[in-house]
Amino acid sequence: MRGRLARRLVGSTMTGLTYGAAALAILPLAVIFIMLLVKGAGSLDLNFFIKSAVPVGEPGGGFAFAIVGTLIIVGLACVIGVPIGVATGIFLAEFGGGRFGFAVRFVADVLNGVPSIVIGIFAWTWLVKPMGHFSALAGGFALGMILVPIVARTTEEMVRLVPNSLREAALALGYPRWRTSLQVVVRTATAGIVTGCLVAVARVAGETAPLLFTALGNQFFSTRLNGPMAALPLQIYAYALGPYDEWHRQAWAGALVLIVLVLALSLIARAVVRAKHQHA
Amino acid sequence: MVFRVVLTVLALLLPLLLLMIGIKLVSEAVPAAHRFGLSFLTRSVWDPVRGEFGALPLIFGTLYSSLVALVIAVPLALACAVFLTEFAPKWLRTPVGTLIELLAAVPSVIYGLWGIFILIPILRDRFWPVVRPVLSHVPIFSGVFYGPSVLAAGVILSVMILPYIAAVSREVLIAVPQDQREAGLALGATRWETVWHVVLPYGRAGIMGAVILGLGRALGETMAVTMVIGNRHEVSASLLQPGYTIAAAIANEFSEAVSDVHLSSLFLAGALLFLITVIVNALARVLVWRVARGSAVGSTAI
Repeated sequence: MRGRLARRLVGSTMTGLTYGAAALAILPLAVIFIMLLVKGAGSLDLNFFIKSAVPVGEPGGGFAFAIVGTLIIVGLACVIGVPIGVATGIFLAEFGGGRFGFAVRFVADVLNGVPSIVIGIFAWTWLVKPMGHFSALAGGFALGMILVPIVARTTEEMVRLVPNSLREAALALGYPRWRTSLQVVVRTATAGIVTGCLVAVARVAGETAPLLFTALGNQFFSTRLNGPMAALPLQIYAYALGPYDEWHRQAWAGALVLIVLVLALSLIARAVVRAKHQHA
Repeated sequence: MVFRVVLTVLALLLPLLLLMIGIKLVSEAVPAAHRFGLSFLTRSVWDPVRGEFGALPLIFGTLYSSLVALVIAVPLALACAVFLTEFAPKWLRTPVGTLIELLAAVPSVIYGLWGIFILIPILRDRFWPVVRPVLSHVPIFSGVFYGPSVLAAGVILSVMILPYIAAVSREVLIAVPQDQREAGLALGATRWETVWHVVLPYGRAGIMGAVILGLGRALGETMAVTMVIGNRHEVSASLLQPGYTIAAAIANEFSEAVSDVHLSSLFLAGALLFLITVIVNALARVLVWRVARGSAVGSTAI
């Protein structure tokens, strides 16, 4: 047996190390944020939000086309993914006790881990190849598929939080099962479900890989769903790898806009969840 | 009854989707699989002009960069999880936990941007000149270091998977019953000894699951890796040399593949990646669920 002093020394050393590890883990977040502010904020002006790309050397180019593109594609993804995801989540929470529910839950978690690039080439075979051209629609479809398992699992968690006594009360009043689920249980859980959707949207809004061969990107302003469309992450990627300093500056600025968007969504979602949990 | 049926049909879409992805990928990959057979896994040639493809460098690079990421991320993530559940004062737990989880919210392309313009210059101009006298005799650090490399990819990946491993491990450690800790302390162990000899072993399976979950993320990560790994079809044991991963090759070459066999080879590599990540994630789920039964640990944590 080692001495008491030695043991306590080891203990405090290791405790200190875990403090250090936590600090070290947070460091990249701080560094990324500072760099984005330092490198990106300078290029942010009104033009950035209202103008589209201009040829290199001309002043006043912006990312408006990419921002609008991202909003449209993510919107499409929600239209496709949210209803299926929410329905699956309600199913899992209300009827998911059996073997089938277990399997769906398992598949949702596995799908959640499938690389987004794989989803991207799947969407390509599904939509781009038969149609013969790239389209925003295919991009939205790809992001929608990534959305479904995330929305399903968060919805399930949120619906589960609804106390059973509420269900029993509604059923005792003679409500049929579907009205109990939709009008009592889901309504109670609405805030949580919306939150889950926000978290999912925050995640897919930053996705680049699934858009590479679906929405493709576009140098021009376009709102046509059936043709190639620009997206913020795609534009950041293209400009970061490009040879011009001007492009690099704009890539940083675009990244700043993207991360503010994404972090705002996740922080709002987190705050709502926390408030909800404290009530429960 | 109708309600239940409608929901069941919609819920059925998820397994169907997984199945469809598998079928589509495999059917697109068949020509390449026919042509190259098992040699696709063992050859290093990647020649679109002659139509000869072997994915060994891609497979090797995928596994190697993920391994580097795990080596860096696992100890740090576990220490974070222990910090957050055992040692941190109450008021610090929520903010620090949130900050670590926010790392997972940062889009991949932003990690890539950061990697190109910040991390690579730091590794090349500040880190490497300092450690070179010591490390240059170690085989895995041989050769000239230009920047884009397996090392850079591994470091970026480690930052990206750390929040996943930390979040899931944290949930697992929270699920360890309090009386286990009390028993350890009652036997006279220090708090650290309790963590090391009681809490961590109790959560072993779940922690293993968390690590494997992180591995799954690292294997399939695309954009950040594509931007910093150097994209060269070569097998090199040196961390300082460029490499390639399956995901990065698909991202770079898919839209430029002119011949059918090139495209099919990329699909074959993609199907391989799909298979590996499905197995890895399934394994991780089973392990995590053993500790925190049926809960959405890890899927809501993010």
